[in-house]
Amino acid sequence: MTPRDGRINPGRYRDVGPKQLEGSQAVARAVARCRPEVIPAYPISPQTHIVEALSAMVKAGEVGSCEFVNVESEYAAMSVAIGASATGARTYTATASQGLLYMAEALYNASGLGLPIVMTLANRAIGAPINIWNDHSDSMSQRDSGWIQLYVESNQEAADTHVLAFRLAEELSLPVMVCMDGFVLTHAYERVDVPSSEQVERFLPAYEPRQVLDPDEPVSIGAMVGPEAFMEVKYLAHVQQMQALDLIPALTEELAGVLGRAQGGLVREYESAGAETIVVALGSVLGTIEDAVDELRARGVSVGAVGIKAFRPFPLQELRAALAGAKRIVVLEKALALGIGGIVAQNVRIAIAGSGAHVYTAIAGLGGRPITKASLCRLLDDAAAERLQAMTFLDLDRGLVERELERTRAKRRSGPHAENMLRDIGVVAAGPV
Amino acid sequence: MAARPIKFYQVGSFAVGNRLLGPELRSVQADPNRSNAITKGHRACQGCGEALGARYALDAAMRATDGRLIAANATGCLEVFSTPYPESSWQMPWLHSLFGNAPAVATGIAAALKAKGRTDVRVVGQGGDGGTVDIGLACLSGMFERNDDVLYVCYDNEAYMNTGVQRSGSTPPAARTMTTQAVGDEPGNVFGQGKSLPLIAMAHEIPYVATATVADLRDVEAKVERAMQLRGARYLHILVTCPLGWSCQASDSVKVARLAKETGLFPVFEAEHGAVSAVSKIRRRRGVEEYLRLQGRYRHLFEPQRREDVLARIQAIADRNIARFRLCDPDGFSRQDFPANAGLAREGAPREGA
Repeated sequence: MTPRDGRINPGRYRDVGPKQLEGSQAVARAVARCRPEVIPAYPISPQTHIVEALSAMVKAGEVGSCEFVNVESEYAAMSVAIGASATGARTYTATASQGLLYMAEALYNASGLGLPIVMTLANRAIGAPINIWNDHSDSMSQRDSGWIQLYVESNQEAADTHVLAFRLAEELSLPVMVCMDGFVLTHAYERVDVPSSEQVERFLPAYEPRQVLDPDEPVSIGAMVGPEAFMEVKYLAHVQQMQALDLIPALTEELAGVLGRAQGGLVREYESAGAETIVVALGSVLGTIEDAVDELRARGVSVGAVGIKAFRPFPLQELRAALAGAKRIVVLEKALALGIGGIVAQNVRIAIAGSGAHVYTAIAGLGGRPITKASLCRLLDDAAAERLQAMTFLDLDRGLVERELERTRAKRRSGPHAENMLRDIGVVAAGPV
Repeated sequence: MAARPIKFYQVGSFAVGNRLLGPELRSVQADPNRSNAITKGHRACQGCGEALGARYALDAAMRATDGRLIAANATGCLEVFSTPYPESSWQMPWLHSLFGNAPAVATGIAAALKAKGRTDVRVVGQGGDGGTVDIGLACLSGMFERNDDVLYVCYDNEAYMNTGVQRSGSTPPAARTMTTQAVGDEPGNVFGQGKSLPLIAMAHEIPYVATATVADLRDVEAKVERAMQLRGARYLHILVTCPLGWSCQASDSVKVARLAKETGLFPVFEAEHGAVSAVSKIRRRRGVEEYLRLQGRYRHLFEPQRREDVLARIQAIADRNIARFRLCDPDGFSRQDFPANAGLAREGAPREGA
């Protein structure tokens, strides 16, 4: 249990069995039981509680021989991780939002070098305007960075998925990003059964690196590759990542055998068999979606949900199978690709190409905007009644946008948008003057 | 052992690998069984100071660690000319990650070795001046302040040579680069800019900071050896001639580097825990013009007309270095009143090696 002051009690963390835990604490304990050897860490909300807890456990000697390195930036965090992983150490770090962007160059490098680093991403919006709350614009921005991306729905799934992530990363020699919704999961207290050290040991063997910097067998890593082989190296990286589509289900099943509960996988279906309308989403919002599906089905609406658990590699076949027979697919996404719209929807369209189903994009929950069951029910009712537009923004305050557009039309030097709109909200909320 | 500077007046310099020396005093390069950490066949330009400096520095580090060494390399000339796929000149474990992160990668290697209890294996980070003083500075400063067990070597050729000679934070005043062209009223790089990374490193009060040039390779070896005797963050800044970027003769590579030191433009010194502990005296003081004349990057100071004003400003920089580091003072110095140490933090115990 975590005391009220937020510090963990190192003596108690070995306790096994379900406990009321903050999501960050659950992840930290699961990671600690995977015995990482190097943890470079840089603070950024909402990931910070994870590395705080790990720093305490490392200092208390509960993670074995592990170096916790307080670095000066996320760029350095990923760079330290690269050096450590290439030296054969099991390596973990965590970040969010701007931090992920700041390490972007090193992300591509880690995957390009084939280093099995595991990182938690506490999903958070990207500025400007600066915003610390949850959406998926950070991880979506790096979806093609060569990292495997797993999205979790609950804190139990977060804890279990980290154990799977280390095994997956090390078997494929590729980095894995476990994406968990910032605050919604990282700061939520719920009952979590953190995999015990014994369970982790049964599932996760000692790290045997594919490549290692070793004076006894010196190798050069990171040489310049020109046009004569660059395409082949990149193609190989693609082939390697695609292997995760076979490995993730196999490892999920194996881990379920060890833990006695099934989590993760590639996709998860909820009441989707035979449903006319299916919602597709990632992460914690699936819980609310399932509640909405229950309510609608009780009213006789034919709806279901499919959660994408592995977004990279993208499970085209599994998704196609899960969506087969649906007339309408509503992709609910927590990120907005400016200038085109949905990101997940583009991927889903590839999966269902030729099936004849209509794909709707619903952008929702940007910057932490709550996604309520009532709004979801309205959205799905509209979809079922074929009233939905191809692209919608859930609970968008159109009046606010229109007023700002009017200001920009009226005056050349209309000032900064975000601040104008905040002022506008204040004035409107205050009522007529 | 600490190397003793041995003067060979018959060749007019501190020569290398002289067979008049006993085996224990000879250069690492005189040993046929040396590691050849960076071996022949690489693609460096003729007269490349960086290839020369890296060879001496790494072979010395390999000898000091009995071959138990891992290198993290920044992007740059050294990386490009040493590893054109599918070849590699490195006969040691070597990792290139990015331009700006070599110090952090080195930290990660050191952390992994520490976690694994591999105290026998040591770590070197290395890069050019761009990768060190500019884009890599944050990672380097972080590595310094944490006192991570890494020797970082900067091969300073005073501009971004790999991308075609653009100005860096280490480019000296008046020097012509492709982004500080020799045109206008004040041709070349502006005065009053740039930074001394050795002094910045000293401000971190790390166990060891040293400068050297490729004109005195025994000095490079001695400083690497000294650095490898210590634990914690160590920094070696080697001035390396770039015949391409400096527009000098490849055959003058060593001569130009020697003049950088003998004019006072590049002070050669050592510092421990933030205070200068030793300086290499100027043996035969030269005016800066002798140094500048050999390099096309300063040609605009002599033609079409001679720029006495600019030459005087450069000479003033050399004079200031000579006074500040007592480069010509025959009586040596005492640490307490050494001018370069003035104003340095004195509180607390010096930082120990990790």
